[in-house]
Amino acid sequence: MSEIINISRRDFMKTGAMIGGGLILGFSLPLRVPTGEAAAAAVPLMPNAFIRIGADDVATIIVNHSEMGQGVYTSLPMLLAEELEADWTKIRVESAPVDTAYNHTVFGMQMTGGSSSVWSEYDRLRKVGAAAREMLIAAAAGTWKVDKASCIAKNGIVIHSSGKSLTYGQLADKAGAMTVPEDVTLKDPSKFKIIGKPTLRLDAPDKVSGQAVFGLDVRVPGMLTAVIARPPVFGAKVVSFKADKARTVPGVKEVVQVPAGVAVVATDFWPARAGRDALKIVWDEGPGATLSTAGMREQYANLAKTSGTVARKEGDPDQALAKAVKHISAGYEVPYLAHATMEPLNCLVDMRTGSCEIWTGTQLQTVDREAAARIAGLKSEQVKIHTTFLGGGFGRRANPQSDFVVESVHVAKAIGKPVKVVWTREDDIKGGYYRPMWFDRIAAGLDADGNPVAWQHTIVGQSIVAGTLFEKMLVKSGVDETSVEGAKDLPYEIPNILVDLHSPKSGVPVQWWRSVGHSHTAFVVESFMDELAHEAGKDPYVFRRNLLAGHTRHRGVLELAAQKAGWGKPLPQGRAHGIAVHESFGSFVAQVAEVSLNPKGKVRVHKVVCAVDCGKVVNPYTIEAQMESGIVFGLSAALHGAITLKNGKVEQSNFNDYEVVRFNEMPEVEVHIVPSKEKPGGIGEPGVPPIAPAVCNALFTLTGKRIRSLPIRAEELKKA
Amino acid sequence: MVSLDVNGKKYRVDVSPDVPLLWVIREQLGLTGTKYGCGEGLCGACMVHIDGDAIPSCQIPVKDAQGKRITTIEGIPESHPVKLAWIADDVPQCGYCQPGQIMQAVAFLQENPNPSDEDIDNEMGGNICRCGTYQRIRRAIHTASKVMAEGGGK
Repeated sequence: MSEIINISRRDFMKTGAMIGGGLILGFSLPLRVPTGEAAAAAVPLMPNAFIRIGADDVATIIVNHSEMGQGVYTSLPMLLAEELEADWTKIRVESAPVDTAYNHTVFGMQMTGGSSSVWSEYDRLRKVGAAAREMLIAAAAGTWKVDKASCIAKNGIVIHSSGKSLTYGQLADKAGAMTVPEDVTLKDPSKFKIIGKPTLRLDAPDKVSGQAVFGLDVRVPGMLTAVIARPPVFGAKVVSFKADKARTVPGVKEVVQVPAGVAVVATDFWPARAGRDALKIVWDEGPGATLSTAGMREQYANLAKTSGTVARKEGDPDQALAKAVKHISAGYEVPYLAHATMEPLNCLVDMRTGSCEIWTGTQLQTVDREAAARIAGLKSEQVKIHTTFLGGGFGRRANPQSDFVVESVHVAKAIGKPVKVVWTREDDIKGGYYRPMWFDRIAAGLDADGNPVAWQHTIVGQSIVAGTLFEKMLVKSGVDETSVEGAKDLPYEIPNILVDLHSPKSGVPVQWWRSVGHSHTAFVVESFMDELAHEAGKDPYVFRRNLLAGHTRHRGVLELAAQKAGWGKPLPQGRAHGIAVHESFGSFVAQVAEVSLNPKGKVRVHKVVCAVDCGKVVNPYTIEAQMESGIVFGLSAALHGAITLKNGKVEQSNFNDYEVVRFNEMPEVEVHIVPSKEKPGGIGEPGVPPIAPAVCNALFTLTGKRIRSLPIRAEELKKA
Repeated sequence: MVSLDVNGKKYRVDVSPDVPLLWVIREQLGLTGTKYGCGEGLCGACMVHIDGDAIPSCQIPVKDAQGKRITTIEGIPESHPVKLAWIADDVPQCGYCQPGQIMQAVAFLQENPNPSDEDIDNEMGGNICRCGTYQRIRRAIHTASKVMAEGGGK
């Protein structure tokens, strides 16, 4: 039997870091990161910012995109390692500090989002790898006093034509001093040994052992934990509060008011939470107290009857609709949705004189650092952010207001000690920054042959970027592109098209949610296309395919999914197929869902056959995983997801009333990848949009009942 | 003072007896592989073994865990067939729920060494994964089951 370990609270505060998951985040600045002018130049080659090779031959790749499950800690190193001619078994990954060297190659800030990591780094990281390889070869040639051309790099070793060799570890020091080549030749894809090959995740062992460090797992000496009493309705302000009872909770150290609410700071989470429960707060609820989603729905439905700001107009839709033989119109609606990442939000801040150090799982490092610096009264370079693993992101951890970072800096500033602010699950579900609620009015006209001749789509919902630093980038001619994506770019060949938008304001905070606008537009467009097919008396698959003549990639995935699913072939009694196809983030996805319905109206999705064309493939395993993941995420929303408000209060609180798909609802998912030489597209999000319409289209075939409102309700289907 | 037996080590911890075991494991013992996900026993992220049974540690006041054998994810050997299968079948995505999934799977395979998909769906029903790794978990449980039947690991 091992010795007894005595742990008193005080001891733990001193030694906690030594015991367990403490300060094991070995982040260190890579060598010679250029600063100032050099860093500001357009995507310069800086191998030293991205690779560190040790004497032990380990090649550490510093990854500038956040790992939130989408596999970038594997796929991005694959890009670099390919050109480096590295030994894949010696690759390690480290998260990048915040520095302009690590800015997104297109968006100009350090961030992870828009399913852009692989395509945005596809060239840079390969060039970095190639440059480093050339420097290693030059170092070897210099050592041997031979011509570089007589040396090759292979599997982490430079070999001379005479047969002598040196490992990268042996060459690392010398190579680091070499001039970075200005131009490098990249490998022909036919020579790829890593890119395109199914590759197991590098982070899996740590995630399986329990050693992977998420934001919630970080501890620093002397750290306290805070839980914040947050406004009961959005926009409510603290009028006064009594903290005497809270302060008597053993372990509670301080109670401080911050802009986010009232923070109870304690030795640990539990006393902080108990302290929060003991607070007496008088709130001025303000106008937010009148908000209800039922009322907003009425407002949206009325707005949808009026013309909005035009996002796309072709031909004369009014006239074409008037002349059409058949008219079809419908209203579609979807609710607010919470991201509900498995790891509730949290952020640890250690603020000292002249410095501020932050540990958190974030998707938006540059913006967070600027925001933290403003609150802390420091220069941005005095703020360090350590990006941990993210226990899910789905967009929530890319908050343009840096909400979970800003509030934590406020608390740290108020108490003058290192503190981690932790959100409870209830804080998360009730805390806003939701996928917006949407109402869509859509009308179409068919000619005598059943071909669509007119399409009018009016979209109503809050802008997620209005008032944020992303407004300039994403609002064009009064149209928030993220509101109309997936609708404005309707691929079907219809001669007269109008897509317009209303962006009503509301006190409910909204934000990007995995697949953003596509999460609602694909549901509306692909469901309504199905309505048109049925009205035209045509097979929904054939109907779509015929209207996609000029869109070979849409058509490619549609045909592949239909073929692999056995579209049109008989299914077991009580089951039906539904199909949908959608482009998002540069990738094309079609899904066929096989669905049944029990007598109680419970929907069961048995199987989803998914075809994806994401251009050049980096890691097929990642693509499969992300398609599965997107399907489950979208299915959770289709079957269960809804955040509703009554008298300003969010009616949901935890996984009991904000349900998500569990094992018993998990369909068998089959993924087929279309081989492609097109440039890489996104993969984290494009799996989400098609699933809701594919399932609802199958339900129509089963029941004759068209689902126009998500989540799917059993009562609706029983009415069928 | 509360006495705990965790992963074969004895601890005496100065903590209020009503604090959920989850937070004592994480904050006092520093074993952060056990995760907080909901605090209500709804998601399974905090699953540990108490005398061999998988229990959500957020639902157990630490005083009730005294005198019992507690195992956390850190106490499951890295060579355990379930852990190996999780890596070989490329299960984790964000990874946050996986320790809880593994703890549930290990306990459940003890009871039912050769489960059907339906058994898996029933027995794993308390564990949520927002990344949607369910299909891979099913696969990994079958992989581990086979290895264990052949006498591998342990």
